[in-house]
Amino acid sequence: MTAYALTDSWTMTRRELARWARRPVAVVVNLVFPVMMLLMFGYLVGGGRGVAGDYLDYLVPGMLALTMAFGLEGTMVAVTQDLDKGVVDRFRAMPMADGAVLVGRAAADMLQSALGLAVMIAVASALGWRAERGPGPFLAAVGLLLLFRFAMLWIGIHLALVAGRPELVQAVQILVWPVGFLSNAFAAPGTMPDWLGTVVQWNPMSQTATAVRDLFGGPGGEPGHVWAAVAWPLALLAVFFPLAVRRFARLDR
Amino acid sequence: MADAAITVEGAHKRYGGKRALDGLDLTVARGTVHGVLGPNGAGKTTLVRVLATLLRPDAGRVEVAGHDVVTDAYAVRMRIGLLGQHAALDEELGGRQNLELFGRLHHLGAKRARARAGELLERFALTDTGRKPVSAYSGGMRRRLDLAASLLTEPEVLFLDEPTTGLDPRGRAEVWDSVRSLVGGGTTVLLTTQYLEEADQLADRVSVVDAGRVVADGTPDELKAATGGDRVDVVLRDAGQLGTAAALLALPGVRVDADRRLLSAPATDRMATLSRVVRTLQEAGIEAADIALRRPTLDEAFLHLTGGPSPDHQPASGHSASGHLADGTKEPV
Repeated sequence: MTAYALTDSWTMTRRELARWARRPVAVVVNLVFPVMMLLMFGYLVGGGRGVAGDYLDYLVPGMLALTMAFGLEGTMVAVTQDLDKGVVDRFRAMPMADGAVLVGRAAADMLQSALGLAVMIAVASALGWRAERGPGPFLAAVGLLLLFRFAMLWIGIHLALVAGRPELVQAVQILVWPVGFLSNAFAAPGTMPDWLGTVVQWNPMSQTATAVRDLFGGPGGEPGHVWAAVAWPLALLAVFFPLAVRRFARLDR
Repeated sequence: MADAAITVEGAHKRYGGKRALDGLDLTVARGTVHGVLGPNGAGKTTLVRVLATLLRPDAGRVEVAGHDVVTDAYAVRMRIGLLGQHAALDEELGGRQNLELFGRLHHLGAKRARARAGELLERFALTDTGRKPVSAYSGGMRRRLDLAASLLTEPEVLFLDEPTTGLDPRGRAEVWDSVRSLVGGGTTVLLTTQYLEEADQLADRVSVVDAGRVVADGTPDELKAATGGDRVDVVLRDAGQLGTAAALLALPGVRVDADRRLLSAPATDRMATLSRVVRTLQEAGIEAADIALRRPTLDEAFLHLTGGPSPDHQPASGHSASGHLADGTKEPV
């Protein structure tokens, strides 16, 4: 059955692409929403509390990291919908490769997030933002963002399998916001009360944002932070990937 | 049993804090339709989910198409089709897209999957749905597509979990026709239902399930016979004569239903009892609108076996498209 692992995963990924083609508006809104946030925080709320240098240079990496974090919601919604509609039952009663349902989900979500990053970066460039340190560090930054998204993906799958019901997903959707904002995405931790600054600095999303700032050569970056931005997502993956896979395999309990 | 398509021995499954299966035994011969009849919560759906490898039994031996559902689930999945209680489809995609998706996942190959999708859409009269997403289908269409998806590989064993629940009489008749034509092709069908009429119409054998175990097993006729044999039913022209008629006939266990002007008595000697009833009524000058010799209905059998009311509260008149067998097989006099 492992002979079909690739074919089946690809079939499941194509299923997601076919679903996108069915609702182009939703796909576009999904891509545009983070752009709106970027514009809103960049120009409307603005200010950049405690940020040295150009706020846009500080904000863009934060928004990219936040977009990756919010991807968790999309993953959760998609997984619970499949569970709720019973289509997962049909998949499970078919001679498919074991992991194909989850791999297909992961591939499609990563693809969507990569697209989201591309759109954000294009818009930021149009606003005058530049990655200052050249293509190598730029690609490394994109890699770190996608790694963070990958960790969020498996947290999302696990939470969806645990929650199982759309009502609980709503609760998580709301909780994603404070967790996303309790980071250094918009403001430097130095401007916050001590305890809050500590929480914010430990937020895995902040690690990624700080490393990406460094790789883009903007304000708020810290050299050497790359390792934290690699270690945190890997640590999350080490916990949630096996949990999610186990949970899925145990749908028969 | 060597030619069994399904063997269940002592299956136990705790599910949702209760004993959904409590030592269930079941054998289904190849190429037959087996009805699993029982009230809500009797364990029918749990049984189907165990058979379809979706749930792992806590204890017991469960084999489908000669393979163990726990140790050899993959082999079982290659040989089964499943129509669950709720449509298991991608609602955002169209009918053809769904069938092609499932066909590919059955490893039919792209070309074969496409061809098979076309065949099944044709067979289930869904060719004119075009690109319409499944979410816009009617209940009957959805059910038909779901059934088509279960038949992509011409499975050896097909599980139908309450296939007509929630369908209107027309949708129900459509599903029944499909099931009948399938059995012609040699597929073994296990069908759960709350509708006694459905089991009577479709099943070669019926297992009555209550509280996670089989409480009775047999052909529909055997189950009806176990309930107490044939009865003679007499409908009088004049309800006022019911009392007189009952007294004259002097049959033990006679029941009177004034609303229907009906008098019903056990017909232990069948034809002898029947002719005695006819003669007695004629001699007394009591006019009968209808006289019939009938087997007890599955309704009565169910009541008898589970000690509770039948789960089939729907009036038989609602299923007129498909006949009235639940009212008993009447033999004209």
